[in-house]
Amino acid sequence: MKIRAIALHTLKEAIRDRILYLILFFAVICIGFSRLLALLTIGDRVKIIKDVGLSSLSLFGALMAILIGTGLVYKEIDKKTIYTLLSKPIHRYQFLLGKFFGLILTLFIMLLLMSIIFLALIFFHTFTIEWQLLVAILYIFLELCLITAVALLFSCFSTPILSSIFSLAFYLIGHTAWGLETLIVKIKSGFGKALAQGLYHFLPDLENFNFRTEVVHNLPIPASIFLYSTLYGIFYTLFVLTIALLIFRKRDFI
Amino acid sequence: MALALNIENLHKSFSLGFMLKKKKILKGISLSVNEGEIFGYLGPNGAGKTTTIKCILGLIFPDQGKIELFGHSHLSLQAKAQTGFLPENPYFYDHLTASEFLTFYSQLFSIKKNEREEKIKGLLRIVGLEQSADLQLRKFSRGMLQRIGLAQSLLNDPSLVLLDEPLGGLDPIGRKEIRDIIVKLKQEGKTVFLSSHILQDIEMICDRVAIIVNGEVVNQGTLKDLISEKILFTEIELSGVEEKELKNLGESLTEKGGRILLKVFEEDNVEKILELVKSQKGKVHSLIPRTETLEDLFVGMVKQT
Repeated sequence: MKIRAIALHTLKEAIRDRILYLILFFAVICIGFSRLLALLTIGDRVKIIKDVGLSSLSLFGALMAILIGTGLVYKEIDKKTIYTLLSKPIHRYQFLLGKFFGLILTLFIMLLLMSIIFLALIFFHTFTIEWQLLVAILYIFLELCLITAVALLFSCFSTPILSSIFSLAFYLIGHTAWGLETLIVKIKSGFGKALAQGLYHFLPDLENFNFRTEVVHNLPIPASIFLYSTLYGIFYTLFVLTIALLIFRKRDFI
Repeated sequence: MALALNIENLHKSFSLGFMLKKKKILKGISLSVNEGEIFGYLGPNGAGKTTTIKCILGLIFPDQGKIELFGHSHLSLQAKAQTGFLPENPYFYDHLTASEFLTFYSQLFSIKKNEREEKIKGLLRIVGLEQSADLQLRKFSRGMLQRIGLAQSLLNDPSLVLLDEPLGGLDPIGRKEIRDIIVKLKQEGKTVFLSSHILQDIEMICDRVAIIVNGEVVNQGTLKDLISEKILFTEIELSGVEEKELKNLGESLTEKGGRILLKVFEEDNVEKILELVKSQKGKVHSLIPRTETLEDLFVGMVKQT
């Protein structure tokens, strides 16, 4: 009940944020631009629209999560609204989870809007609703949940600008860390290999949520991969949220 | 008498930037507030008043010490459910209207939907904001924000209300209205913990006070115990007597339009002045004996430390 109240209030607050609409505007432009890009391509034009469209959903969704998520807790502290809020009979974890779910709800609505536009654009080309695209979108949403948790974590102890930089770094590292896998195979055993292996396990691998290629090219995806990605997303998000809660639980609001 | 709030040996220090050096803000605060009284917490700026309140509410964690609200730990939800809080310079979600704001906070107290509307209407009536229920908080004046802040602190019908500088920045009418509400809270059996540096207001409404200077309580008790009733001096405003004749009897403060304002320290001299006025067919416009005020006590304490 209390988490729900805070979540709904966060949603109301987030959807008033102009930056959200600015990102949404660019996302729509980008999805539309994929149509133009398709005209310049030889081969299956719809595949280009699908690929660029899904990438736009992922990138702009992540930007929304980072730019709004990093300000969520900081704004409450900066404007001192947290004083009256935490003086009420609520636990600190309820406050933080309320903020998390509020932003997740906001991102869900935004992703839904972008997906409708994206699917409509595909529909005008194929005259069919390509439901398999929803699989890729679902995993984009799972990725956004993790990024929201990361943004919230940084927001608990840092300013919005620094938190945004950290979260963006997390996003970029998460999408390039798979390169280490190739490096591990190529490198000879020794300290270098151990270091690369250690780093690979420590750094997030957001490519686990990337099913764009498989979906666009209608490639089969084993159920075990789905299961692994889902569990990876859920446990990583819970892990980051737990760290955020531990920091927030002991924080002084001066 | 049962205790609403009990603080024992409270210490709090803050780190200065990235340095390991710590600044001590509270240095062993101990005080107790009885149920049903208005307790004034006085201190100059930076003395540690707000830090104490934040410790009570669990917004910051003390280094050492014990805080109990109605016999429970101050961090328990049970204690928080019985407490209301109005912060200094309140700032709330300015995109919400007054009733939306109170609805949001009432959900945090798990107030049922059917009771909520009636309760919010009643509170807005008490704080005089009935007409502004649908106005966004961003359009509220300083005084109106103070009132809506007071309304949110009373949502749960608390047994203890903590008010941090509730009268600061208000005009005289606003101050009187908030003062009246505080007195009414006491009449309803609530305990009020009031932090302020507006001494006249504290003197008017508080049963007991504690004075905090540099993070330490330097004095606490009932106003009667703290302030001596001995007459310090008498202020006499008179006319029809030459100023030079009064020279040895008192200190002349001002002279305007033939009226002289005198500050007389000895009671015998007051009698002599009255006789002089009578013999010269002059007029006494006012005669005010000044006893020690809370301000005198406060200034004395601050200077001493």
